[in-house]
Amino acid sequence: MRSERYIPYVLILPSVLFLLFLFAWPLLEALLLSVRGSGGQWTLENFQRMAADLYFKDALKYTLLLTVVIVPLQVVMALGMAMLLGGISRGRDLFLYVWTIPLGISDLAAGIVWLAIFTERGYLNSFLQGIGVIQQPQLWLSYETPTMIFVAVVAAEVWRATAIVFVILVAGLQLIPKEYSEAAEVFGATPWQRFWKVTLPLLMPSLQVALILRTILALEVFAVVVALGGRNLPVLAGEAYYWYNAYQNPGVAAAYSVIILGISVVATMLYLRLMRSKREGAA
Amino acid sequence: MNLRVLYMLLAGVLVVWVLLPIFLIATLAFSDRSSVFAWPKGLLPQQFSLETIAFFFGVEGVWKAIRNSLTVAAMTLVFSVLLGAPAGYALARYRFAGADAYRLLILMTRAFPLAILAIPLAVQFIQLGIYDTAFGVALVHTALALPFAVLVTSSLFLGIPKELEEAAWTLGCDRIQAFLRVVLPLALPGLAATAIFAFVISWNEVFAATLLTLRERTLPAFLLTSLNDSPLPFRFAGGFFLIVPALIFIFIIRRYLFTLWGIANR
Repeated sequence: MRSERYIPYVLILPSVLFLLFLFAWPLLEALLLSVRGSGGQWTLENFQRMAADLYFKDALKYTLLLTVVIVPLQVVMALGMAMLLGGISRGRDLFLYVWTIPLGISDLAAGIVWLAIFTERGYLNSFLQGIGVIQQPQLWLSYETPTMIFVAVVAAEVWRATAIVFVILVAGLQLIPKEYSEAAEVFGATPWQRFWKVTLPLLMPSLQVALILRTILALEVFAVVVALGGRNLPVLAGEAYYWYNAYQNPGVAAAYSVIILGISVVATMLYLRLMRSKREGAA
Repeated sequence: MNLRVLYMLLAGVLVVWVLLPIFLIATLAFSDRSSVFAWPKGLLPQQFSLETIAFFFGVEGVWKAIRNSLTVAAMTLVFSVLLGAPAGYALARYRFAGADAYRLLILMTRAFPLAILAIPLAVQFIQLGIYDTAFGVALVHTALALPFAVLVTSSLFLGIPKELEEAAWTLGCDRIQAFLRVVLPLALPGLAATAIFAFVISWNEVFAATLLTLRERTLPAFLLTSLNDSPLPFRFAGGFFLIVPALIFIFIIRRYLFTLWGIANR
C-alpha cells in the first residue's frame, strides 16, 4: 500500500495550483501594482493620487459607515429570525424557504429592486402620497440627498444579505445539543437567561464565521450602490472600478484594492482575536 | 396575546418583507411603459403587458450577454466541481501531512475580498490573451466558488461509508471503478447541489465580470455598465430577469443549503 501515499496529494494538487494562480499571485500582484509607477520604479504616487482625490475621503467614510450599520443590523435580525424559527411549529419549512430566497439574489438585482421603491415615481413616494405625507413625488436618490441614498443602500443590503447570516446561524444552532438548554431550564433559568448564558456563547463560532464573511462582503459593496446612487454615494470598490475603467489607471485602482484588502484583513484579525476568548470559555 | 400567535405574526411580517419587493419588481416587469412611469402607483398591477419584457429582450446586446452569462456560469460549474470534488474526496478519505494547511488555505480565501483581485488579474489577463473572454471571467468565478465546492464535497464524501468502497475493491473493482460505480451515484445529488451553487455564484457576480470584459459582457456586467443611460423599464426588466434563475436554483437546492453552510462552519 506504499504507493497510495501520493494519492491525496494528486487529488488536491489541481486546486492548490489553481488557488496559487488566482488567489496568491493576484494578491501579490495587487500590492506590486499599487507601489509601482508607470516606468516600473517603486513609488507611493498611486496612494498619493488616491488620497488626494476628491472622492477618496467620502468613499472611505461611506464604506466604513455602511459596514458598521449593515453588519450589526443583519446579525441582530438573523439572530432574531433564527430564534423565531425555533418557536414556530407549523409551516417551519415554508418560512425557512421564503426567508432564504434572497440568498440567490445578486447585489445588482437587489439594487434595482430597491430602485423601483425609492425612485421618484416609485412605491415609497406612492405610499407616502397615499397616506397624505407628500403631494408631489420627492427626489430621494440625487446627489443632494446622500443620507437617503445611504438609507436605500442599507435597506437593499439588509433585505438581500441577511439570509446568509440566518443560514449560518441556523446551521450553527443545529449543532448545539438541546440538553444544555434543557438543563438550564431545570435549574430555573428564564428563556432570556438561557439565550444569553447558554445559546449565544455556544453560537460564537457560527457568529464569528457570519461576521467575518459579511464584513468582507460589506467592505466590497459595489453594485447595490451603483444601481441606487451611481457615484453620488462613493464607495471604495466603486472608486477602484472608476479608476480602472473610466480613468484607465490600474495603479490607483490597485491602491484602492489594497486599501480594501488591508481593512478586510484587519477586520478579520479583530474578529478572531475578540471572539476567541469567549469561544474558549464556552468550549 | 398568545405567544404562538405573536411568533406567527412576526414570521408573516418577515415573509412580506422578503416577498413584497420581488412582487413589486415582477409587477413592473410585466406592465406597459405608461404603468412603469405612472404616479402614484397602486400595489396591484394595472394591466398585464409584455411590453417592458419585450423591450428588454429587444435591446441590442441583451441576448449576447445572456449567452455569455450562461457560458461563464457553465464553465464555473464544471471547473469548480472538477477541481473541488477530488480535493474534497482527499480531505474526507485520507489522513495526510498538509491536510490542515490545505484546509487553512481554503478558509483563508474566504477572509479576502476575492472579487477585488479582478484588478491585478485584468492587467495580467491582457498579457495572457484571456482578457474579455468567457474563460477569463470563469476563472475568477471559479476562485469564488471553489472553497465551497471543496468543503461541501468533503462533507458529502464523509457521509458515504468507506466500507462500501472497500467492499467494491474486494469484489474486484479497482479504485477508479469503485469510485465511479459505488461512491459517485451516492454523491450525485449533493454534487449537483454544489454545481448549482457554483452556477448561481457566477450568474450573480458583477464586479469581476465588469472589470474583465469589454465586449463580451455577462448579463450583470452589461446591465451595470448600461445603468446610467438606460430607461427605467429596461433596468426593472433586467433586474427581474436576473432574479428568476436564482429563485429556481435556490428552490432546487434548498434541502442542501444548511449542509452547505453548516459544514463550512467547522
